[in-house]
Amino acid sequence: MEKIFCDIRKCLGCKSCEIACGVEHSTSKNIFKSIREEKKPRQRVIVRSTTKEPFPLRCHHCEEAPCIEACMSGAMYKDEKGVTRHDPDKCVGCWMCIMVCPFGAISRQESLALKCDLCPDREDSFACVEACPTKALFAGTWDEFKKRLGQEKR
Amino acid sequence: MKKQDKSIDKASQELLEIAEREGIDTAWERYEAMVPQCGFGELGLCCRNCLLGPCRIDPFEEGPQKGVCGATPEIIAARNLTRMIAAGASAHSDHGRDVAHTLLLAAQGKTEGYGIKDEDKLLSLANELGIKTNRRDKKEIAKEVAEKVFSEFGQQHGELQFSHRAPEKRQALWRKLGIMPRGIDREIVEVMHRTSIGVDNDPENLITHGMKTALGDGWGGSMIATELSDVLFGTPRPIRAKVNLGVLKEDEVNLVVHGHEPTLSDVIVTASQDKELIELAKKNGAKGINLAGICCTANEILMRHGIPIAGNFLQQELAITTGAVDLMLVDVQCVMPGLSSVARCFHTKIVSTSPKAKFPGAEHVEFNEEEALPIAKKIVRMAVENFKNRMKEKVNIPKVKMDLVAGFTAESVFKFLGGRYRATYRPLNDAIINGRLRGAAAIVGCNNPKIKQDWGHVEMAKELIKNDVLVVVTGCSAIANAKAGLLKPEAAFQYAGKGLQEICQAVGVPPVLHVGSCVDNSRILITLCNVVNEGGLGEDISELPVAGAAPEWMSEKAVAIAFYVVASGVFTVLGNPFPILGSREVTELLTRRLTEVVGANFAFESDPIKAAQLMIDHINKKREALKLKPVMYEKEEVLVK
Repeated sequence: MEKIFCDIRKCLGCKSCEIACGVEHSTSKNIFKSIREEKKPRQRVIVRSTTKEPFPLRCHHCEEAPCIEACMSGAMYKDEKGVTRHDPDKCVGCWMCIMVCPFGAISRQESLALKCDLCPDREDSFACVEACPTKALFAGTWDEFKKRLGQEKR
Repeated sequence: MKKQDKSIDKASQELLEIAEREGIDTAWERYEAMVPQCGFGELGLCCRNCLLGPCRIDPFEEGPQKGVCGATPEIIAARNLTRMIAAGASAHSDHGRDVAHTLLLAAQGKTEGYGIKDEDKLLSLANELGIKTNRRDKKEIAKEVAEKVFSEFGQQHGELQFSHRAPEKRQALWRKLGIMPRGIDREIVEVMHRTSIGVDNDPENLITHGMKTALGDGWGGSMIATELSDVLFGTPRPIRAKVNLGVLKEDEVNLVVHGHEPTLSDVIVTASQDKELIELAKKNGAKGINLAGICCTANEILMRHGIPIAGNFLQQELAITTGAVDLMLVDVQCVMPGLSSVARCFHTKIVSTSPKAKFPGAEHVEFNEEEALPIAKKIVRMAVENFKNRMKEKVNIPKVKMDLVAGFTAESVFKFLGGRYRATYRPLNDAIINGRLRGAAAIVGCNNPKIKQDWGHVEMAKELIKNDVLVVVTGCSAIANAKAGLLKPEAAFQYAGKGLQEICQAVGVPPVLHVGSCVDNSRILITLCNVVNEGGLGEDISELPVAGAAPEWMSEKAVAIAFYVVASGVFTVLGNPFPILGSREVTELLTRRLTEVVGANFAFESDPIKAAQLMIDHINKKREALKLKPVMYEKEEVLVK
């Protein structure tokens, strides 16, 4: 399946992906308007660093997803393409998914869990990948990503 | 980050623990939250100078390589850095302008708060500026000096008067390169023009004008600030004092001054000694009024009055965290907007005073020089009246303080070398020539949570003095070294090499000399000129065995200082690199090629010991070029190499 990967050697920690994700999940989808919206849009990717090297933290849509295992209400589920989905109508806000996620990729919006939904309003692109100025973020299959890493000079 | 990784200062560590417990945010937490900081900004690859952008260049060379206007990484990095110089030069120069304004008001008799404390300096300045002094009233002379100096800011052509203090050879080089500053403001305006869309797109041309602007700071704005402050408030002489947060007192009203300009802090000194206000303090249950300072305004009143220093830049929020500060008075520069949110956790009042600098959550009592003393008294009264609101259970004053000697200037320190009646730099030059001293170094600049507080300053100073390099310090570096005990004469026996020890013992000075605030870096320039003029160490500043460093810099002012120091011929090491590393060409220019242009260059090294080694290597090379004797007490192992 097509996923988002990151070549962390190229991540500068500019947080452009965060901004783009926030704008994408706003009503207006416009940076100047989105920051003034009554319900502040929330980004689902967050740039963190352990020592000095930054990297974007977001849902990896794991094949064996611990969040689905842990979800008691069935709000977390796999769709037909293998994407890990979250159904806000079923979510009870027990935060078990947050507890078990090995990446720390799930956050909260009020009483509901919040995670990467692979930009449902877009046809064939992802806001974060598009915004990444160093092309550290990459959309494709695992094999395509591996091939790309092999082609890199660095 | 553990508290030990945040600061080497025991007082800071103690209060950081309290801050953490109480949930008080400081610059360290805000820094941690900000990490990772933007890579484009760090590399100098983003440009916001026009609305074709904001543009940024992909340093991995996959994304865009040019801004919308076509600007390359080289152009963008050079433009941004040059603007930093302009901002820094503006800050120092505006400070100088305010001091000149105060001198003018004092001379016109329009203010009672100020007088002329150093008449000798006034007369020598008047002579230098070509103003007649014979049988004239000192106020008349002061008025003319102030007006002449004022005109240097807006001067459109010609040369800045104080730049003629530089060695002939240096002046000739500046003229040849076209970087002799014409007027202080003019060069700054030109930076803003050149760096706007579609003007100067040659990185070297930009940096060259940056140096000209910086020289207008070092030999203009800053030097004016220092010289006229000496006239108004007195030229400092060596003085004993205490430093660190332990100077705050549990049973007295604590008034902390923070910021930069001495025009207000100096009258606060007078106001805090007012009998009526001390009586009022006693009536309010306090034993007296305790004045202490933070940052350079603290250095100004330390140098001239021996007022204790509470801390340096990163301790401003921690001072409030003691719960014992009844009022913190701020003016301009390096005052964190974060102060008022810390103050909300305590009874502390933050009072802003400059019409140029207002702060959210602060009370504003506007200062003007005409009514300096009444305003100062009003603020002291506010502090006294706030004492009763102090929450006893929230008071935590660390029992950490240190003795120090400050008050060294280009005039004073070497008077001692030559004896009281025969002020001369000869003994200093001889000490370097015969190898008792390896050379001299200046450590200046800020604190920055990117580097453990004070660690850069203190470790570097220790390494240098161990190797017989006399160290001079200003600004927050001076406060850092003072807290570590290096400004005590006894420090020579503990830390200095044998040669430096002998000098310190003979002259009775510490191995690390406090020469003032950040505008007082101009004192270092004057000292270097005096050393060259004394003879025997070459004809230009760039030939001297000296080096400079700013191990924990953060302010744009530090960029301006670094550039005027290098453009004056002194090799300078910076703890954090300038935000230009995204451009190979600009990096190459600053760290290598600049030597061929102005006889000095920059180096970037965050490890203070390694940085000190770079400085020592440079000093050794200069000694060799001057064919000086080997260093007298060179360690054996070094000789074997």
